[in-house]
Amino acid sequence: MTAQKTLLLIGGTSDIGRATALCYAQAGWNVQLAARNEAEARRNADDIAARTAALITTHQFDILESGTFENFVSALPQLPDTVICVVGLLGDQARAQSDLSHASLVMRTNFEGPALLLGLLAEKFIQRGSGTIVGVSSVAGDRGRSSNYIYGAAKAGFSAFLSGLRNRLAPKGLRVITVKPGFVRTQMTAGMKLPPVLTAMPGEVGQAIFTAAEKKGGDVIYVRRIWRPVMMVIRSIPEQIFKKLRL
Amino acid sequence: MTELAGWGRYPRHPSEMLYPASPDDIPRLMASQSGLVARGNGRAYGDAAIGESVTLSALGLDRIRAFDPTGRIRVEAGTKLSDLLDVVVPRGFFPPVVPGTKFVTVGGMIASDVHGKNHHRDGGFGDHVESLTLALPDGGTVTCSRNENPELLSATIGGMGLTGTILDATFRLRRIETGWMRQETTVAPDLDSAIHALESTSGATYSVAWIDCLARGASLGRSLIFAAEHATRQDVDALRADAESFPSTKLGRLSVPFDLPSFTLNRLSVSAFNELYFRAGAMKAGYPFLVHWDPYFFPLDGLGNWNRIYGRRGFLQYQCVIPREHAAPVLRGILKHVSKHGNASFLAVLKQLGPSHGHLSFPLEGFTLALDLPVSDHVFPLLDELDRSVIESGGRLYLAKDSRQSPATFEAGYPGLSRFRDVRKTIGAVGKISSRLSIRLGI
Repeated sequence: MTAQKTLLLIGGTSDIGRATALCYAQAGWNVQLAARNEAEARRNADDIAARTAALITTHQFDILESGTFENFVSALPQLPDTVICVVGLLGDQARAQSDLSHASLVMRTNFEGPALLLGLLAEKFIQRGSGTIVGVSSVAGDRGRSSNYIYGAAKAGFSAFLSGLRNRLAPKGLRVITVKPGFVRTQMTAGMKLPPVLTAMPGEVGQAIFTAAEKKGGDVIYVRRIWRPVMMVIRSIPEQIFKKLRL
Repeated sequence: MTELAGWGRYPRHPSEMLYPASPDDIPRLMASQSGLVARGNGRAYGDAAIGESVTLSALGLDRIRAFDPTGRIRVEAGTKLSDLLDVVVPRGFFPPVVPGTKFVTVGGMIASDVHGKNHHRDGGFGDHVESLTLALPDGGTVTCSRNENPELLSATIGGMGLTGTILDATFRLRRIETGWMRQETTVAPDLDSAIHALESTSGATYSVAWIDCLARGASLGRSLIFAAEHATRQDVDALRADAESFPSTKLGRLSVPFDLPSFTLNRLSVSAFNELYFRAGAMKAGYPFLVHWDPYFFPLDGLGNWNRIYGRRGFLQYQCVIPREHAAPVLRGILKHVSKHGNASFLAVLKQLGPSHGHLSFPLEGFTLALDLPVSDHVFPLLDELDRSVIESGGRLYLAKDSRQSPATFEAGYPGLSRFRDVRKTIGAVGKISSRLSIRLGI
């Protein structure tokens, strides 16, 4: 029997976080669920524990408090085998255009916090010589659009960070995976009208992450494959035309 | 505003839907909103889960909070029975009571005090609830159990969501050795023999009769009676030695993708369906066989969106219970009436019920009949007529299925109503928690 593996999931109260943690727990992993609201994380931990035989712990963690990251990591019961960061804040684009603190919140939540934390864990993984890092970014980071470019810019930064980290860790045999879920039916998108073909359920995202990180491999994954050609087209539109589109 | 309807797709009312993500969000919403009611998975047939102005979806409350090896489980109220079954059956447990569809939430099962095919032996789902957490109209939350707030518990079980929003519930599961049912089918040539057969199979844990309600004259009420037990491993070895103890649930399901035109359901097509159904069932009569738990308990769940076969106008389910001593003549009258007017019904189900304990719980000692009828102009006066015979016999109609009974019919059928109203007054629910059903019936 192989030794029990441990997942650290950052964003343990989100729908994608819950579904991803459940996939890992069902595969026999133990899970550390980290979230700002630990009581809410407890709901998911209880649920996953009732459905599987996994050991689930919860950890208070705030992605905006980078000063606490070192302590957070060293206080974990053990250094995880895989870390997945699903933290994200869509924010309100219109508000972020004039309200600097809201824009800053969106940028720090989607880029600064996740990048600093995963960077820190990368150092620990290098010391140990093993570990897998998964960052949930967004198709919104593939090209800035008027309807969500502040969120998109932060996600683009995060994608670039993951790309660079992957480039650095690959020779050492450590893996970094960028996940672009596309539309997902979650609390974040509640009430929005989403095209069914492009919209994944949280469980699909969890399964796609688990498959890419622990089974088949992959560097940058789009959860619904149709997103890859869609984004390829969007990226290839010349800027002269793109800037006139209402997107 | 969203246009909301129940499973029967009649009636439809506008209401503002809210989707709280956590039980912690609900007390605040309860305190700040008026004219609201909670909604589970929308499987009540009529207007029970449509808030007067606001409807609180419980579907975000879908966590299992604790499941101990003795079979006690605590779940949030929006947990679906289907989800629960997936988790507990492979571990050798089964819910104490299940209704005819697994696409209901636990909160909905409590609010309707649902009964199963074992009501005569095990009571309703509410009888198995050890405790529940209720969010009250003033924004407070309370625990209700046999010892704590028992009056509020009795009002909440079967209370159609009108005492507050159920946040979670704790109940005990039964142990099962396998996921198979050991079923025996009996053929009853008429109504009297169907009632007799249900009485004589009351030793069985589960029993139900499917009536061919288009059969007339001497064969009025001809039925198939399905009695069943959870199969032991020994039963499985005897009947299908190679079968796995816990067979998987098949995923591939049919679904009705659009509304069928209402002419699909005419006397001829339903008659043909019933004839086939009856013959297929009768062929299996007389010897026990194994059935997977899923099709045994939830035969219609296999056909997704089956409510669409009744066309755009929707349908009504008429479910009444008649006290034992009057059951045979009254039910015969109802069947005659329905058969005379040629109202198509795929589903005519007859079951034996025992007493119940919620103030507005439906079951009483007797027999319950459920019929589906497509909405049409002449169906309403027909049902008003049936109501009279139900009330005269001391019976009542099931609120979870109802969309059209009159306040007078309702009051005559539910003697617990005054106690229920007292509870509503005490907790400040009057005018605050109101559904289209509570307004229609003057609750």
